[in-house]
Amino acid sequence: MKKRRNLILTLAALILFGGFLYYAQHTFNPYILRILNLCAVFTIFAVTFNLIFGYTGQFSLGHAGFAAVGAYVAALLTMSAAQKSANFFLKPIISPLANVEIPFLPALLLAGLFASVVGSLVAWPALRLRGDYLAIATLGFSEIIRILLVNLQPITNGALGLKGIPSYTNLYWSWGAALVCIFIIKSLINTSYGRAMSAIRDDEVAAEALGVSLFKHKMMAFAVSAFFVGVAGALMANLISTIDPKVFLFFLTYQIVGITVMGGMGSLTGSTIAAILYTVFLEALRPIESPFTIGPLNIPGIPGMRMVLFSILLLTVILFYRRGLMGTNEFSWDWLIGLFHRKDTALAAPTGGAEK
Amino acid sequence: MTFDQLLQNLANGISLGALYALIAIGYTMVYGILRLINFAHGDIVMIGAYAAFYGVAMFILPWWISFPLAILLTTGLGMIIERVAYRPLREYPRINLFTSAVAVSFLLENLANVIFGGRPKAFERPAFMNEMITIGNTQVVSYTPFIIITAVVLFGGLLYIVNRTKVGMAMRALSKDIEATGLMGINTDRIILFSFMLGSALAAAGGILWATKFPQINPWMGVMPGLKAFIAAVLGGIGNITGAVIGGFLLGLTEIMVVAFFPSLSGYRDAFAYTILILLLLFRPTGIMGEMQAEKV
Amino acid sequence: MSLLKLDSLTKQFGGLTAVKEFSTGLEAGELCALIGPNGSGKTTIFNLITGIYTPTSGTVTFNGQDITGWRPDRITACGIARTFQNIRLFKGLNVLENVVVGKHLRLKSDPFSATFHLPNYRREDEAMFAEGLELLDSLGLSRLAYEAPTSLPYGEQRKLEIARALATDPKLLLLDEPAAGMSPTDSEELMVFITHILKTYKLTILLIEHQMRVVMGICPRIIAIDHGETIAEGTPEYIQNHPKVIEAYLGVADYA
Repeated sequence: MKKRRNLILTLAALILFGGFLYYAQHTFNPYILRILNLCAVFTIFAVTFNLIFGYTGQFSLGHAGFAAVGAYVAALLTMSAAQKSANFFLKPIISPLANVEIPFLPALLLAGLFASVVGSLVAWPALRLRGDYLAIATLGFSEIIRILLVNLQPITNGALGLKGIPSYTNLYWSWGAALVCIFIIKSLINTSYGRAMSAIRDDEVAAEALGVSLFKHKMMAFAVSAFFVGVAGALMANLISTIDPKVFLFFLTYQIVGITVMGGMGSLTGSTIAAILYTVFLEALRPIESPFTIGPLNIPGIPGMRMVLFSILLLTVILFYRRGLMGTNEFSWDWLIGLFHRKDTALAAPTGGAEK
Repeated sequence: MTFDQLLQNLANGISLGALYALIAIGYTMVYGILRLINFAHGDIVMIGAYAAFYGVAMFILPWWISFPLAILLTTGLGMIIERVAYRPLREYPRINLFTSAVAVSFLLENLANVIFGGRPKAFERPAFMNEMITIGNTQVVSYTPFIIITAVVLFGGLLYIVNRTKVGMAMRALSKDIEATGLMGINTDRIILFSFMLGSALAAAGGILWATKFPQINPWMGVMPGLKAFIAAVLGGIGNITGAVIGGFLLGLTEIMVVAFFPSLSGYRDAFAYTILILLLLFRPTGIMGEMQAEKV
Repeated sequence: MSLLKLDSLTKQFGGLTAVKEFSTGLEAGELCALIGPNGSGKTTIFNLITGIYTPTSGTVTFNGQDITGWRPDRITACGIARTFQNIRLFKGLNVLENVVVGKHLRLKSDPFSATFHLPNYRREDEAMFAEGLELLDSLGLSRLAYEAPTSLPYGEQRKLEIARALATDPKLLLLDEPAAGMSPTDSEELMVFITHILKTYKLTILLIEHQMRVVMGICPRIIAIDHGETIAEGTPEYIQNHPKVIEAYLGVADYA
């Protein structure tokens, strides 16, 4: 029974992964933990972008805005009254928000819910547009959200941002959320609704002529995506503990697009791998921005150099691996086992030759 | 608001609009032909400003050598970008082209950050641009008329090229149908390169003029003007050069005038552009000058 | 009562009138052809019936219900399916999935029970695939079920488009130049196939054809249009000999 075997393998992998998270959470230093948490956050960003663009074909550039909504909602809900009053010294925070403080899980869910509502509100008018026009409109909405964050001082503390957000995010939360997100999006794609979304991506006119409601399915993709983007934003806020509107400039969206394209449009595996590679790569290059010595040479650090290298890498991938790392392929146990079988035969061949 | 203040705001709005328009032309030409939102275009603006800055500050060239030289260099860069980052991807899904533009944009900004440094530099205006001109009770600094006049001259030149020359005709043909134009024996690669050349030259000029108006330059200075100019291009009907010019002026004037009349909204200034954009897209998706294109079923 | 009734349908694009005061009716079980030269407005009429365009004036009545101006997916849901002149298959889905997408509109399970593969959804999903395979089988396409649609030969792609439309359980099927680009033998074979599905699935079919000869043999009634207006309507013999048809159509491009 292949199905049974795969289920067992998946469970075993999950347990192993859980064990790793437990080990990591208790032994790794905060710096490494932060990177691992960011990996999960960017995985969610990339996977959700893939649902909207890679699977449903809607070119949306609203991710930064949805993430901002989630981040601010979670931050304001988890900060203590004292922290809030310390933050809002220019203009006091409005009354009901000042004293609210709730645990992390409901804050995460509310962050997702809010982002999902905002995402749907954005999508509702914007979905009448197609292709590039949708991209510009959603980018516009995302920037409007950011400008609102700057200006709604009594709620968001404006350009100063929020400091001292409790660092609730740990590996269980971040990777837990990432796994749930991947699982739900993967399952959704494999349903009749998911096929309808792919049909819309391939040909809107034909899909609609086959009775697929464009609005309903695009909306579904937006709402689900925005929910998880909001959760990811919340995880990010409670990880880096300081947020301000600048964090959510459309650069963030561009990065997410870059990661997803690098991983392969239409491959969740690709999105995950690319998100992890991106985060780790960016951190691994940090040393070149601080002074270092090679033998007798004292090389001064070059601030900004790692983003240069990242851009070159992104450009290289786009120019030479045009389908991204994974294309539209997904990881599966069958594929992995098949890989080993092929290796076995490949290894066996030379030995056979030697015996002759 | 007094009449003089109104005039002052008007001058301010028109000069800002001229800058948006100059940059918007490059967006609209490239989009018209390749259907590519060339997000690296804003960074061309930045490179133009830096090139002019270093010409004057480092090589001690007079402005009338430094500025044209800067435009020349930046134009070359724009053409290299087309050749290296866009041409190989023309046959692929457009998301690749778009991502390539994003990657080029990242690269230019961060290279500028590494090479020129992240700290803003003070751009020194040529002396003649600092004169105070007084007309009646209205005062403007001479860079404002300089910007407007230069922009108008450049628009004239561009319209001449596009409407009266063979290359211009080929460009217009290309934006209707690349393949058919190619079949007519026109070297499409060269015409596309030429469009990038024109667009980059205007963007570089826009960048230098931008720096004379807002004399602080930094590696990210092109991002916002770029985005606004793109919106201006969409407002005018993307793909339409006259539309881009109209859209640029409209956007510049609106931004200045709304803040002039409603100072309390100044914090939302950047949001106007997006709001106008979204409203326009919803009610007249093809922009002011664009033609309706129905999909063939 | 007619199954489909078109009442003085008019469609203008700017100053251009693509369809002008077009009226006709289709009885249940009928096989009718719409012919006319290129650009005469045939496809526009299809687009007006299926909701891709909204008519400038006039009404579309289907099964006694006024469906003018409805969204395409709702029109499909009430029983009108179509194919396209330029083949529009879903490239990212395999042949069977292409057909199963056509079943999606009859799905009862909500997205939640679908995502979590609850039993009610699983049953429906299995049924959808079983019916899809059955449909492919009856059209002789089942051996290609798991292929990419783009890998199919041209004629099979056309058949797949028809299969996909049939998956929506239509009462009325609109075929837009189903024989376009086919050799004479292939298009004759296709016409036999069309009469076959007409009977098997108890359909009513309206088909657009450019080459008159192809439909002469199988369609008892033909409507000829030019410049968006009906110029003649009747039996193949009547159409063939109608002076206006000869002038507008045969005279220009000597096809017949």
